[in-house]
Amino acid sequence: MKLRVCMAGVMVAIVAMTGLLAGSSKVAAKAQQPAAATAEVKIDNFSFGPGTVTVAVGTTVVWTNRDDIPHTVVSTDGVFKSKVLDTDEKFSYTFDKAGTFPYFCSLHPKMTGKVVVQ
Amino acid sequence: MAEKTKDELLHDHNNDGIDRRGFLKCMAWAGTGALCIMQGGVLKSYSLSQMSQLGGKTPSGELSFAQISDSHMGFNKAANPDVAGTLQAAVDKINGLSTKPEFLLHTGDISHLSKPEEFDTVDQILKGAVAKDVFFVPGEHDMLNDEGKQYLERYGKSSKGAGWYSFDKQGVHFIALVNVLNLKAGGLGTLGQEQLAWMENDVKQLKSSTPVVVFAHIPLWTVYPEWGWGTEDSAQALAYLKKFGSVTVLNGHIHQTMQKVEGNVTFHTAASTAFPQPQPGKADSPGPMKVPAEQLKSVLGITDVNYVKGQHALAVVDSTLG
Repeated sequence: MKLRVCMAGVMVAIVAMTGLLAGSSKVAAKAQQPAAATAEVKIDNFSFGPGTVTVAVGTTVVWTNRDDIPHTVVSTDGVFKSKVLDTDEKFSYTFDKAGTFPYFCSLHPKMTGKVVVQ
Repeated sequence: MAEKTKDELLHDHNNDGIDRRGFLKCMAWAGTGALCIMQGGVLKSYSLSQMSQLGGKTPSGELSFAQISDSHMGFNKAANPDVAGTLQAAVDKINGLSTKPEFLLHTGDISHLSKPEEFDTVDQILKGAVAKDVFFVPGEHDMLNDEGKQYLERYGKSSKGAGWYSFDKQGVHFIALVNVLNLKAGGLGTLGQEQLAWMENDVKQLKSSTPVVVFAHIPLWTVYPEWGWGTEDSAQALAYLKKFGSVTVLNGHIHQTMQKVEGNVTFHTAASTAFPQPQPGKADSPGPMKVPAEQLKSVLGITDVNYVKGQHALAVVDSTLG
């Protein structure tokens, strides 16, 4: 009897551990999902980095201006257009359709970039 | 090839053997100062260290005006946390000139972020200048978020289109151009067909002996296309000015003094009153250049222009704030 109780205890412990593991993998999946749906572009030294980002449909791209000079993020084809971004300000746009979306800074048009949505 | 031939003709105008490369070598950089004198259609340029060649004479004449540029009111980063203070220093410098300028030209980037209070601060500081009239052209920082609506309400009431206009002073014809709107991806500054058509018509009636001063924010000559320092369709604008013996082009945007002479045209960029930018290609980007605080005023400045009627002379002199 004593042994069976002990076994049951071990079983409970194993079930509990499995539950914990399952729980933690769910948490990991949850944390991963938004990470997969967000892509970041940094504006540094008058350039967009990375110059080309490739993302899945539904992804939100977030641009952050890290320069001392304001910039904008403007779609070449008129799909999206940010207000002027001062230092550390952000702009985000969610890409709901597949395609290639070239963009530039309308103040410094030599600054160009591309979002490829697959 | 046709393009090249046209350039060569322009270069050979003075028959002085100096080509585009030669002129590029002659650029005057921030802090050195430059003086340009045009006499009878022949242009001579000197750095301020060569002033002795002028026989000790300080240029003066019927018309004197000063150019200021790139005040960037509202900018507060390390390159200059006090842009109001340095604009005030520029006004003090203008007020201290031996020949008082009749008016001021501001070649754009009055504000940093097109905020009403930034424009208000600049207006307030400029009220302290001995020259009461100020003629503006917009920089890209002055037309943010509203395609220039606010700028035009403040400064462009009597202008045409996106803010271009012309006026005459003492026989000199001034043309104010806007080249900071509707910029295309990968491109440079743009004047656009509507403005070019207006300009062509504006200069048509003028005698070829009329001295012409053109001012705009982005340089109307290609300083450094990699950083966007040039204007796509400026060749078209300059073609309308070929008949004139004396053309002076004044720009800002690049936050350093530089000059070039091409045929009958003298190109000149003014220093900023706010912060310096690096020489073309000498940094990763054209962002604000940090210099030690005690050196800041030596890389900021104003430009003083004198026109001597009888001698057909137009002299451009830069001075630093420090």
